[in-house]
Amino acid sequence: MPLPPLKIVSARANDPKNVTLEGYLANGGYQGLKRAVLEMNPEDVRDQVMQASLLGRGGAGFEAGRKWSMLKKSDIRYLVINGDESEPATFKDHMLVESDPHQLVEGALIAGYAIGAARVFIFLRGEFALGFERVQNAINEAYDYGAIGRDIFGSKFSIDLVLHPGAGAYICGEETSLLESLEGKRGFPRIKPPYFPAVIGLYGKPTIVNNVETVANLPWIVKNGASSFTDLGAGRSRGTRMFALSGQVNRPGTYELEMAKNTFRDIIFDPEFGGGLRPGRSLKAIIPGGVSAPWLGPDQLDVVLGQDEVAAVGSMLGSGSIIVMDDSTCMVKAAWRISKFFARESCGQCTPCREGGSWIEKVMNRIESGAGREEDLDLLMDLCDNIVPGVSWPPQQTTICVLGPSIPSSVAVSIKMFRDEYLTHIKEGGCPYD
Amino acid sequence: MTDSEKKLKLTVNGKEVESAPGEMLIAAAEKAGVLIPRFCYHPRLEPVGVCRMCLVEVKGPRGFTLQPACYIAVADGMEVVTDSDKAKKAQDGVLEFLLANHPLDCPVCDKGGECPLQDQTLTFGPSESRFVEEKRHFEKPIAISKLVYLDRERCIQCDRCTRFAADIAGEALIDFEGRGGELHIATFPDKPFASYFSGNTAQICPVGALTTTPYRFKARPWDLEQVESTCVSCAVGCQMVVQSSENEIVRYLGIDSEAVNQSWLCDKGRFGFESVSSAERIPSPYFNEASGMVETGWSQALDKIAKALKSAEPESVAVIGGSHMANEDIYTWVKLAKGVIGTDSVDAQLDDGLDPKIVALSDRATIQEATQAKLLILMAGDLREELPILFLRIRSAAKKAGLKILEISLSETSLSEEAEVSLRYFPGHAEELVNGLFGAEIDPQLFAGDLQAARALVSSVDPASVVVVGGRENLADSSLDPERAIAKLLDTLVGSKFLSGLRRGNVNGAIDLGMVPGFVPGRSQLQAGNEALRAKWKTLPRKAGRNSKEILESALKGEIKVLFLLGADLISDFSDSALAEKALSNIPMVVGIDTLTNRTTSHCSVVLPATAFAERHGSTTNIEGRVSTLGKKLVGFSLSRPEWMIAVELAAYMGEDLGFENLHDIWGEIQEVSQLHRGLSIAALGAPGAKEGIVVPLSASKVQISTRRVLDPIATPGITSVGVSGPPSSSAALPGEGDPVLSESTYSPQRSKLLELLAQNDRAKAGPEADNFALVVSKRLYDHGVEVMSAKHLSELVAPSKGRVSPKGWGQIGLNGSGLTRLQGNGASVELELVVDPSLLDGVVKVEFDGALGEVSKLFGVDNSTSRVKMEKV
Amino acid sequence: MSRFTKEMETRAYELLALYPEKRSATIPLCHLAQEQNGYLTEESMVQIADLVGTTPAEVLGAASFYDMLHTEPVGKYVVGVCTNIACLLQGGEELLGHAEEKLGIATGATTDDGMFTLEDMECIAHCDHAPALQVNYRFFGPLTNDGFDTLVDDLSAGKLESEVPPHGTLSRVQRKHPIAVPLEEIVRHRRDSDAKEGERLAAKAAAEAKEGSN
Repeated sequence: MPLPPLKIVSARANDPKNVTLEGYLANGGYQGLKRAVLEMNPEDVRDQVMQASLLGRGGAGFEAGRKWSMLKKSDIRYLVINGDESEPATFKDHMLVESDPHQLVEGALIAGYAIGAARVFIFLRGEFALGFERVQNAINEAYDYGAIGRDIFGSKFSIDLVLHPGAGAYICGEETSLLESLEGKRGFPRIKPPYFPAVIGLYGKPTIVNNVETVANLPWIVKNGASSFTDLGAGRSRGTRMFALSGQVNRPGTYELEMAKNTFRDIIFDPEFGGGLRPGRSLKAIIPGGVSAPWLGPDQLDVVLGQDEVAAVGSMLGSGSIIVMDDSTCMVKAAWRISKFFARESCGQCTPCREGGSWIEKVMNRIESGAGREEDLDLLMDLCDNIVPGVSWPPQQTTICVLGPSIPSSVAVSIKMFRDEYLTHIKEGGCPYD
Repeated sequence: MTDSEKKLKLTVNGKEVESAPGEMLIAAAEKAGVLIPRFCYHPRLEPVGVCRMCLVEVKGPRGFTLQPACYIAVADGMEVVTDSDKAKKAQDGVLEFLLANHPLDCPVCDKGGECPLQDQTLTFGPSESRFVEEKRHFEKPIAISKLVYLDRERCIQCDRCTRFAADIAGEALIDFEGRGGELHIATFPDKPFASYFSGNTAQICPVGALTTTPYRFKARPWDLEQVESTCVSCAVGCQMVVQSSENEIVRYLGIDSEAVNQSWLCDKGRFGFESVSSAERIPSPYFNEASGMVETGWSQALDKIAKALKSAEPESVAVIGGSHMANEDIYTWVKLAKGVIGTDSVDAQLDDGLDPKIVALSDRATIQEATQAKLLILMAGDLREELPILFLRIRSAAKKAGLKILEISLSETSLSEEAEVSLRYFPGHAEELVNGLFGAEIDPQLFAGDLQAARALVSSVDPASVVVVGGRENLADSSLDPERAIAKLLDTLVGSKFLSGLRRGNVNGAIDLGMVPGFVPGRSQLQAGNEALRAKWKTLPRKAGRNSKEILESALKGEIKVLFLLGADLISDFSDSALAEKALSNIPMVVGIDTLTNRTTSHCSVVLPATAFAERHGSTTNIEGRVSTLGKKLVGFSLSRPEWMIAVELAAYMGEDLGFENLHDIWGEIQEVSQLHRGLSIAALGAPGAKEGIVVPLSASKVQISTRRVLDPIATPGITSVGVSGPPSSSAALPGEGDPVLSESTYSPQRSKLLELLAQNDRAKAGPEADNFALVVSKRLYDHGVEVMSAKHLSELVAPSKGRVSPKGWGQIGLNGSGLTRLQGNGASVELELVVDPSLLDGVVKVEFDGALGEVSKLFGVDNSTSRVKMEKV
Repeated sequence: MSRFTKEMETRAYELLALYPEKRSATIPLCHLAQEQNGYLTEESMVQIADLVGTTPAEVLGAASFYDMLHTEPVGKYVVGVCTNIACLLQGGEELLGHAEEKLGIATGATTDDGMFTLEDMECIAHCDHAPALQVNYRFFGPLTNDGFDTLVDDLSAGKLESEVPPHGTLSRVQRKHPIAVPLEEIVRHRRDSDAKEGERLAAKAAAEAKEGSN
């Protein structure tokens, strides 16, 4: 049985007044920021975050405190908040920006203070129009409240914060691509090395890029102390995590759960959460952590929702999304749709991703629509191998960023798990589920 | 640290390779003989690592991983495997991906036969495609400019053309459009790829996505013959390959010369070849008689000229032009004029250059020295218009290496953006501004820009580390003012060096070889005497001669009896066309020696056909004093002859023997009589390592022995480039065939205070006047000159001349919307379109020179110190 | 004329002032141009290039990369039906098919009356409301076919004008505050505070070392 949920970032999500400064203050808002700038030195804030073992909530799961410590010394350094949430079936940041915009602003300012950012940019996915309005309103209120601008809260610390709209490109969730986009260019990812943002980031200056949910944790951590945070969770996975549950479950939604304390079975079947599958349906596969993650089968329902625990079974916790597919779903179609997504969202820079991605999508489409050939399965596997040598996990890369290596995942894993279903498509000349 | 200490070692395929920090793995491997396949990598462009063709295995903390060799800097002890199964699989995979959507139109593609994609497919690729899907389709081909076609289906998105346009040329007129599989190259609607450098993109395109219009369907690579040569469309001296098919030139390609053009060519240079096969070529000698043109033979023509010469006083004979000729032609004509006929009235410049004393008697800088100077002072025309590749070199140095530039000009130029400080002056007040730079009080009304910052900039650097680029920005003003300003700069900044901004093909060689009044070969002044010369020449002029302007003025007084025009289309190119026309009609014998009929040939008594570029061997000299060779690829057109031969034969008709039977004879004598050229043997010039030319005077510190390498082996197969490998340990020999003798020259410039050598400027120096505008006339790359107009595709790029005025001037004329304006000056009236240019001082109008149209040149006379025009709205 | 109106030009300059480098305003200005004109006209892109200091080709190059920036006219309402995996599992494809029928246009097309453009979208992060869609980037879902019809009818009848502004209006809330502190001043301040932090850390390290040796 899951533990009763202790909420950090979504604690105020159901309070409609919380989107205004007044409501947020009534809920204890801006106490963390006040404490940070009035009572703490920047290095103290960084220490707290380091001690909290706050793993990045964007997908890669890199420890935020360590990321900050890698920031190259420079008079000018920037903080960019990554709110370009576009990973399929991931909608926790969407919920956070719309329901608690001040928390995001406060968290961003705490991070800005901790690293001494010259300016903070919140890069928000363009399609989040309502979220944009709410965050912009929060920023306007925060300026008036004295939380942003000159000598915030009467401290000697001044900072400006700019909300920047994306314009619709999945790749901009990749941090170097996001920086290119923020610089007014196409979102072409940069090559690492040397373009590690912490060394060469926005405008060539050292830059920290943190996810919305990551910084949303900061007000709570500063207010309650790192040890309260590490009291939650287990192993490397501390605090709570927003999970976005979707697909064929009764109660899709976002659920904030303590890290590493619940299993896939808990979140999918517990009546408090997913509430199980539709009547008469059985589980066929789960896609955890985003569509670049290898799928899991019903036999892996008891895997614990922790960063290392999911990695141990050959997949990833990633962005915290969980897609549930029941036995009414065509696995070829699901894998095809994911390959179509990557083909559409490839930036086009690297050959294997640009050409390989659309080639794979075309073959997948052909199989799903009934014109597949048996040799297509070998072809697909070999194309996957040419993008990710050995079709390994975690993937080896032939491209600049990780979008390319994400392409083979669903294709290869679905062929491995559901080869018969592919063969049926080929033999019957069509989709058995149509 | 010495060079050897900087070396580091890595292993490539088990073989130890030496490299230097900062070098990319792909380049280090190449030097060791391992050619890693590539498409997007180009050594002259910033790497982007996008095609992923160069994936190789590099050992790191987690064992061997695939890394792009073009984006990985070498490290000491690095272990690299380029030919493992894993690396090969990755490379084959990329190749197959690139071919998936690539059309199968190699048989009709201009790139076919020299296509890296085709070549690598044949070498490594699969025999049959596994791609059975529908290929991507785009509308094709698209003319993205009058010179370049784009075929998007063939494009492999390597980013070479776009990087060139944005980073090298600084004109991002082409860019990627779309995303993912739809990513393609595009221009903005109605904004074509109108760059002076567009042809380079086709040269570096690794597939047939970008092809040039003049070469389209002209030839197949395997039918081409080629020779290396030096471009003479301006005076930068770009190294290039001339390619022909069936005795017709079809293409020029840039050679990567480290010292000069670093593989780039401007479009005027690249596409000028069409003038060689122009219908305007002169096929045979002819007389212009009252009845019209009468064709004649060489003997009759030369006989007639010789007779005229015999009856003329030496001082009544003059020669104008020759700046396009080879060094050997120039020397032969100088010997004929000064050493046989005895006239010093010889001028290769058409009143559009500088006093030769500045060029001949200053310490000269190389392009490399200019780009590495602590401060570069620009006092020349817009270099993008006049010396395009020098513009690229300076721009790159400013962008990438932080070269500091002080610009002194009449208006904004293409390099203003890169300048630390730009100072502007009112026409006629350059010297005053330079005096102001060194502390004198100046009238603020006549200047603009941050003088204080300029003073601080100049005083912040060692004067000996300054290079001054000096040229002629304004044709409508006397050259004396800018000359004195340049002289003042060079004199005051002790130890500074001069880089010539003179733009005509071999005008710098003409000055070096005495084809200007007051000089003899070797940057030597006439009065200085010259023992070596006296031994070889029959005579020397008794009187100092006239420059081209003075020759024409003397002609008006009837003092000129015979005038030779060596490729000089005076009526188009001389800045005062009215003077030229009047003068020509007052000379009994005008001999035109030219390749093309032009507006001046009809004014000549005798016209003799000269061979064109690529129809003859020889050498030429660039702005640095760099002597490099001209290649011959074609049989001379019809009855045309090289200019040196015409001089030799004309002398023979006069009963004189110049002593030359071939180019070797001429070059041998140049070496004997010219201290400047001493030691530079023709064998040395032809040595493989000397292909980018050798700067005179020879000195061990400047001569650089180069190794030949293939710069971009995939896109220009077989075209080797010249890379500098440092100065030779001794100046004794250059590698190569024959017996090259290269000894150090004893030449040293007769440097004194330049300013003292120039005339005083006692002309009235007026400022802005209420009822008129000071006229500035500047050169542009595509003017109506015969060279451009006779090259079919270039001629289509020539636009009508435009004018520019300050916003206040715009208002004064009462312009609103349309800028159509009537300019009146010098008794003439011209209508043209004006635009607003905030960089111009009030009271100034800047007009583009229009060459053969000859409209603009009517507006001013050469005797005006500052030309004035009245303007009214049309 | 599709250049910025006076009022929009003022907003454009306000946006430009938010960034250390002007080019960063490219995408915000593209959104602004769409707010004014519904889509990104050539004239707008030329003006934006001028404002941010790039070439029009670079503005087009950037704009064409992004799905929300339209270089062709679109309808007053851009209806984006999500067909990505989470919606696909809940009938997103069928909803798109129904939308084509209801609107009488193919995906990617605009109705003759200029009211609707239909798009097939990648995940819009509204997966707990699948099948979901956006109208001018305002969320709707889950939608049945009937629900879709009602939505379209309401939009056509102008009943949703307060919820759904015309295409291009990304945010009805505008930034109120200019940059409060010039970057140069902040940078000077950071230099000072970094120095102080360095002193603190050094003192702390010295104290720890002392403690260790005691």
